Amino acid sequence: MLEVVLRAAAVLAAFLVLPLLVGQTEHKVMAHMQGRLGPMYAGGFHGWAQLVADGVKFVQKEDVTPARADRWVFRLAPAVALLPYLVALAVIPLSPSVVGAQVDASVLLVLAVMGVGIVGTLMAGWASANKYSLLGGMRAAAQLVSYELPMVLAVASVALAAGTLSLTGIAAAWRPWWLLWQLPGALVFLVSALAELQRPPFDMPVADSEIVFGVFTEYTGLRFAFFLLAEYAGIVVLSLLFAVLFLGGWAGPLPDVLGWLWTLLKGFAVAVVVIWLRVSWPRLREDQLQRLAWVWLVPIALVQLAVTSVVVVATR
Amino acid sequence: MAGYVTVAAVLAAGVLLVTAAMVARRLLAPRAPVPAKLTTYESGVDPVGEGWAQTKVRYFVYSFLYVVFAVDAVYLFPWATVLRDARLGGASLVEMGIFVALVVLGLGHAARRGLLRWM
Repeated sequence: MLEVVLRAAAVLAAFLVLPLLVGQTEHKVMAHMQGRLGPMYAGGFHGWAQLVADGVKFVQKEDVTPARADRWVFRLAPAVALLPYLVALAVIPLSPSVVGAQVDASVLLVLAVMGVGIVGTLMAGWASANKYSLLGGMRAAAQLVSYELPMVLAVASVALAAGTLSLTGIAAAWRPWWLLWQLPGALVFLVSALAELQRPPFDMPVADSEIVFGVFTEYTGLRFAFFLLAEYAGIVVLSLLFAVLFLGGWAGPLPDVLGWLWTLLKGFAVAVVVIWLRVSWPRLREDQLQRLAWVWLVPIALVQLAVTSVVVVATR
Repeated sequence: MAGYVTVAAVLAAGVLLVTAAMVARRLLAPRAPVPAKLTTYESGVDPVGEGWAQTKVRYFVYSFLYVVFAVDAVYLFPWATVLRDARLGGASLVEMGIFVALVVLGLGHAARRGLLRWM
């Protein structure tokens, strides 16, 4: 019992710290890529406490629920968007021993709970009773549904290669030559993960120059902060997932005790790539977005699946 | 099974986090609802018509396609764990090939009928 409580507390702590780290990195990396300094004052040293200060600010802001909104759905939506990432983070292993909850079919669990996050966005889009929110919600639904598929297929390919549905098992079975063998699947996964996060270049659902802020238009204060936290928690979860599935997780030259450090470093590197892509790419149009998913990613993922299964049977 | 108990505990911790944050907001944030503040945001003008506006939904095709492929993906995962089995391997590879080919045929049909083009 005590162990369960401690594990839950540890996962919660990681969930509150890692997204802030990624968020601060985004502030600084993005600023320097654009020839700015980024936050410099909060906390003294290079503005390290900027996001903590943001949190303190958000909690003191008035929480407005529009009169026309579907009250309870509107209020629940941020939590529904946020909590799936917490559960996903719990089952992602940093090393065979450093894992929140040891679950056999962790791959399936992660994919399933991340699907629930979509419902949060849809709830927000519908319940706001705002035209911008509704359009944003429709766009989000279409995008998430389309990109869920190549992502699932790419993950299935790795599960096939390892012959197991456990994230720990997949990272343990990983060999360096998989980098080449699973490369198309890895790229498909990275692109669909970006789309899943609704970050640029896949930020049609929140395109500020077209539909204000999509599903977030009516949100204020802490509830809006929860949506932001969900986005950064999503980056953490998907980056770590990429590191575990495609980069071998804790495989590295340091002794096994420090394996968790490797997973974190690899995940962090992926997160920096996610930030980099945001800074350097323009937004995709809705039709280009759907085309990319159905005409490119799904066929590539299917070909990857065929290649994987043939190699598995041939080298058995 | 112990793993799932931990997952449930993590979910409970998450609910606790949200609740605690909302209580903190209750205590710290001001509350001054006025009618103008509670109206729907529509770029500064008064909202026109119903909040839930009609819009042309051209996305439904994608959700149909998704359902077809999601079924496909569900069958892929159990297959992933048995492919190495010497008694099943080769034959199941052919079977899955036929299954995926049928689904791809569906995608090809949708593409040929112009469903993947934006109208």
